[in-house]
Amino acid sequence: MIEAATREAPEVAARQRAMAAFAEARFEELAEVLTGIEAARASVDLRRPEAGLVMLRGRIGGDGNAFNLGEASVARASVRLASGEVGHAYVLGRDVAKARLAAIADALWQRPETRETIERDIVATVEARLAVARGARQAQVAATKVDFFTLVRGED
Amino acid sequence: MYVAVKGGEKAIDNAHRLLGHDRRGDPEIAEISTEQIAGQLKLAVARVMAEGSLYDPQVASLAIKQARGDLIEAIFLARAYRTTLPRFGYSLPVETSRMVVERRISATYKDLPGGQILGPTFDYTHRLIDFGLAGETLPERPAENPAGLEPAPHVTGLLNDEGLIERNAARSDDPPRDLTREPLAFPAGRDLRLQNLARGDEGFLLGLAYSSQRGFGGSHPFVGEIRIGEVQVEFFAEELGFAVTLGRVQLTECEMVNQFKGSATEPPQFTRGYGLVFGQSERKSMSMALVDRALRAEDLGQDVTAPAQDQEFVLSHSDNVQATGFVEHLKLPHYVDFQAELGLVRRMRAVAAAARADEPEEAIPAEADDMTEDREAAE
Repeated sequence: MIEAATREAPEVAARQRAMAAFAEARFEELAEVLTGIEAARASVDLRRPEAGLVMLRGRIGGDGNAFNLGEASVARASVRLASGEVGHAYVLGRDVAKARLAAIADALWQRPETRETIERDIVATVEARLAVARGARQAQVAATKVDFFTLVRGED
Repeated sequence: MYVAVKGGEKAIDNAHRLLGHDRRGDPEIAEISTEQIAGQLKLAVARVMAEGSLYDPQVASLAIKQARGDLIEAIFLARAYRTTLPRFGYSLPVETSRMVVERRISATYKDLPGGQILGPTFDYTHRLIDFGLAGETLPERPAENPAGLEPAPHVTGLLNDEGLIERNAARSDDPPRDLTREPLAFPAGRDLRLQNLARGDEGFLLGLAYSSQRGFGGSHPFVGEIRIGEVQVEFFAEELGFAVTLGRVQLTECEMVNQFKGSATEPPQFTRGYGLVFGQSERKSMSMALVDRALRAEDLGQDVTAPAQDQEFVLSHSDNVQATGFVEHLKLPHYVDFQAELGLVRRMRAVAAAARADEPEEAIPAEADDMTEDREAAE
């Protein structure tokens, strides 16, 4: 049991990272890659793509018990490829078409034959775009950091 | 006898057509797009998301356009829209300590890890109207510091070796109460109070916060920290058996520390008030933190003497959708109610007049009765 769990943990972590990238991907970033993959074509909906709500939670005082902050719109989808893999997606917003593509990407990621393509052309691409955007924004924000200096005063 | 009255359908249809026409404004002038609202009126969008209790910049922008900029009307639209969507579940609590900050300031400690980061703030502007913005603008490129930012841990957790600042209660696994699923009952726990305040009207909370500063429930607050930035949202998906990242949301968090002279159960210390709000909503988060602290009076063994400390008063009147519904319903036809009250007032007057006639002197002026008659004729 423990061995199975530890063997699974890195796999789960890798899939979580990939799914985070699918959630952040733009519709086009998913569509362009997926149209080029044969195995993506014959997918069926396990759960019709739909928009709904997730109640976001915060922590009292930032680190205490949870409280309900307010809802966010979320689109979700579940698909099965012809080869049998099942993919799921939950993404912020109401773009159900994007959620469906994200679910297909998740299913393809689980297929040994297509994982490398998905990792390279979607996960790495999206992560790189986000890293550039974050770096640029952080540089702008960092320029607004206060540098305190002390004025020396006194009688002598 | 009660006579049902119909009518006004045509007038209502035409009023809505006129509303659509007026909403568009001068057709010679370009129509405003929801992208423009989302990008250039971002703080209005933040308010609609916070008080509409729905994080969705597109829906909020559209609501602002539909409401012609009336933000409470837009909040109403957002609330109505959210009732049409199914609830998938609850997120894991967001970890604001891992926020990618765009602004982070503390009024209590000058030098703190991560530093004082001003971000895109109105503070220190002169509040002089900028006529330059009336035309097209090409703002200066933002300055850049390629060194980037250092980690910015929470201030209150960081500088509390002496225990002078109250610690938050140890975490429990009990799920928090949800006022969208059960009616508010009193006394309400801090989880429910914060949920109520997070969606409460900014103006109402600002007024209450101000009252607490001015002496109605006396508080001596400092801004321990304000931070604005993005956090990741994670959701535990049952079918997967693990948490998935949904994306990022922008939040504003405020932690106030209040001097507290102690009570029978608590030593003198700094107590805390907490605010957390969708979007860049600094004033709202500060007001929320002050009101949160005021509402903790009873928990901390203080006397409840002021409106801001009275949870039934605050929590029952903070919601601007409920408030506007009840206030604005008064403009809808009340013809029958008013007729009934007219009859009642007329009878009371007759009784009063009869009582006075028994006494010597002073009679009711004849005019008053005539006025009532005139008004009835007008109805």
